[in-house]
Amino acid sequence: MKYLDEFRDGAAARALLRRIHATASRSWTIMEVCGGQTHTIVRQGIDELLAGAVEMIHGPGCPICVTPLAQIDKALALASRPGVTLTTFGDMLRVPGSGGDLLGARARGGRIVAVYSPLDALRLAQRRPETQVVFLAVGFETTAPANALAVWRARELGVENFSMLVSHVTVPPALRALLDAPGNRVQAFLAAGHVCAVMGWREYEPIARERLVPIVVTGFEPADILEGVLLAVRQLEQGRHEVENQYARAVRRDGNRPARELMARVFEPVDRSWRGIGEIARSGLGLRAEFARFDAERRFGLETIAPAEPEACRAGDVLTGRLKPIDCPAFGRACTPSHPLGAPMVSSEGACAAYVASGRLRAPAGAGV
Amino acid sequence: MTGGVPGTGLACPIVACATDVVQLGHGSGGKLSADLLREHILPHLAGQNAAALTDAAVLPLEAGSWAFSTDTHVVAPLEFPGGDIGALSVHGTCNDLAMMGARPACLAVGLVLEEGLPLALLDRVLESLGAAARGAGVRVVTGDTKVVERGKADGMFITTTGIGRLDAGFAPAPARIGAGDAVLVSGPIGRHGVAVMAAREQLGFETDVVSDSADLWPLVERLRTACPDAVHALRDPTRGGLASALNELAASARVGVELEERAIPVPGGVAGVCEMLGLDPLYVANEGVLVAFVAERWAGVALEAIRSHPLGAGAVRIGGAVAAHPGLVTVRTAIGSARIVGLLPGDQLPRIC
Repeated sequence: MKYLDEFRDGAAARALLRRIHATASRSWTIMEVCGGQTHTIVRQGIDELLAGAVEMIHGPGCPICVTPLAQIDKALALASRPGVTLTTFGDMLRVPGSGGDLLGARARGGRIVAVYSPLDALRLAQRRPETQVVFLAVGFETTAPANALAVWRARELGVENFSMLVSHVTVPPALRALLDAPGNRVQAFLAAGHVCAVMGWREYEPIARERLVPIVVTGFEPADILEGVLLAVRQLEQGRHEVENQYARAVRRDGNRPARELMARVFEPVDRSWRGIGEIARSGLGLRAEFARFDAERRFGLETIAPAEPEACRAGDVLTGRLKPIDCPAFGRACTPSHPLGAPMVSSEGACAAYVASGRLRAPAGAGV
Repeated sequence: MTGGVPGTGLACPIVACATDVVQLGHGSGGKLSADLLREHILPHLAGQNAAALTDAAVLPLEAGSWAFSTDTHVVAPLEFPGGDIGALSVHGTCNDLAMMGARPACLAVGLVLEEGLPLALLDRVLESLGAAARGAGVRVVTGDTKVVERGKADGMFITTTGIGRLDAGFAPAPARIGAGDAVLVSGPIGRHGVAVMAAREQLGFETDVVSDSADLWPLVERLRTACPDAVHALRDPTRGGLASALNELAASARVGVELEERAIPVPGGVAGVCEMLGLDPLYVANEGVLVAFVAERWAGVALEAIRSHPLGAGAVRIGGAVAAHPGLVTVRTAIGSARIVGLLPGDQLPRIC
């Protein structure tokens, strides 16, 4: 695949590794923001190959993981209502709410459909005018434009049986919150390439400048990540703190302007609670007043659902890089992919799931790897 | 159906028999059932000796050991690029027999039809089933048909049960796997799962991936001829894909398996779809690929034997069995690290972005 194979090339990756080790005069701590990057890192064993030069800590950029329990419970409540069909992306289906997950709700008769795009959900609403179709809209700035488009189209086409349970979050406020948190160890960030493909990197410039932290916009293939790490290490070694763009084949400084404009017309910044982290001011996106009638929380009166997290789940520590999945007391014991306590064990972008998928089990029996 | 006496508003009260869809009556055991069998089932199985409409088939079997297996097939949609549930149901059971080293001989076919299934679709599926059976050299010797109410089945389900003759000098079994064995795969992986998923879901993008659904006996027969004693175990990695099949074999043989990521043949179309949906091709289903554990010394001969048939033209060595880490499958990545390839807790779920 053009634009991919060269970034998966073993020789290029090994050359980058050598340069990182040659450049680092000490061990630096770098956080990759995005869960997709976490999976590449763990799957390819990049963190182990970097040991001594860089400690990678895994960030909060798994959209499934940071979706608050309350939103999952609201989705579960909706799915069991007569006349409602809940639609969402596949990897939301196994995320545990306080009363089970959506797969379980579907097995018990809830109408839940996995879709690949919010526009599929809108089409479903058009095909079934007798049904209330709700789309569970989660994700960072990456998924927000398509979700904005679905709401925009719904209004344009007058599809009144369509609505959205919106739980969007945005990256820059989370980076500030992480840097401000007591005990923060992050010295540089690899920013999420796909988020920046939409948003560009202007928002990151004041963070780098004010908090003295290098930020490198980075892609998702092994050589992307290693090149991003190399750029960050160089900045750290030289005492610079700028925004650099490793992912030049996809990202421009201003991002994707039409996508950003559409987002801004449909959504507005709101305070948002992050699962495992807590409330971060103006860190979410909510529907603007003129689209309020497409807000599922209002339409179905769900505002009062506010459950408590299971105590054994330390997803917040994992999501903020304070705890490696394998060091969590519940990891692989009370919490497994078959019986997850929290979302990081479920989502394909979750750090705990990445550790399991790549076989980083607690004391693997006789593993010679 | 719309017959009646013109101008009177009177309609004939007798249920009309002419229909283009399966009706509950087709499973009643009465006239409709007989019509269904005569007009839509038996013609496609011509030459399969199914015309002997007794309660059971009588098989004059030769002495020796016979392998016996059954498999129920459910797939949506019933027809997909590269195959359909009919051919799939023949290949599924025949391949299970072939992986034991048994040449498939006879099949029983059980059909569960959903009320409303278009008869034209039933015809196409059974024609394909018949052709697949003839292609595989197996006879359909007995069968059964049931009809369930609309909504109680997904179009149709097919159960096939088969027997196949074992050869005394050829007995691949997981217990024979040993450290040092070469692991071979007969062709590109992931095509069936991706083709079916692309046909089922409105993915919003085009893919030219077709299912690999095929009878694997010809490959097994070539292996049997070339190096019968060196073929230690065979497995067709269907549900759960290559990763799950290798995990099962590693666990039951108490050996480790080490794969070379770069050697695993993933076609571009499969890689592309998996990339977009966040799936791992190692866990995607195959229906026309086999994995062979072969004595190291014979690996080249076995590879040539598989490649001598068009179905195995893409056969490659992907790794080997090792004494270290028994029960675990590991893969060496392109950048030189290694990771464990475990079992999935359930289905793979497409990711959000």
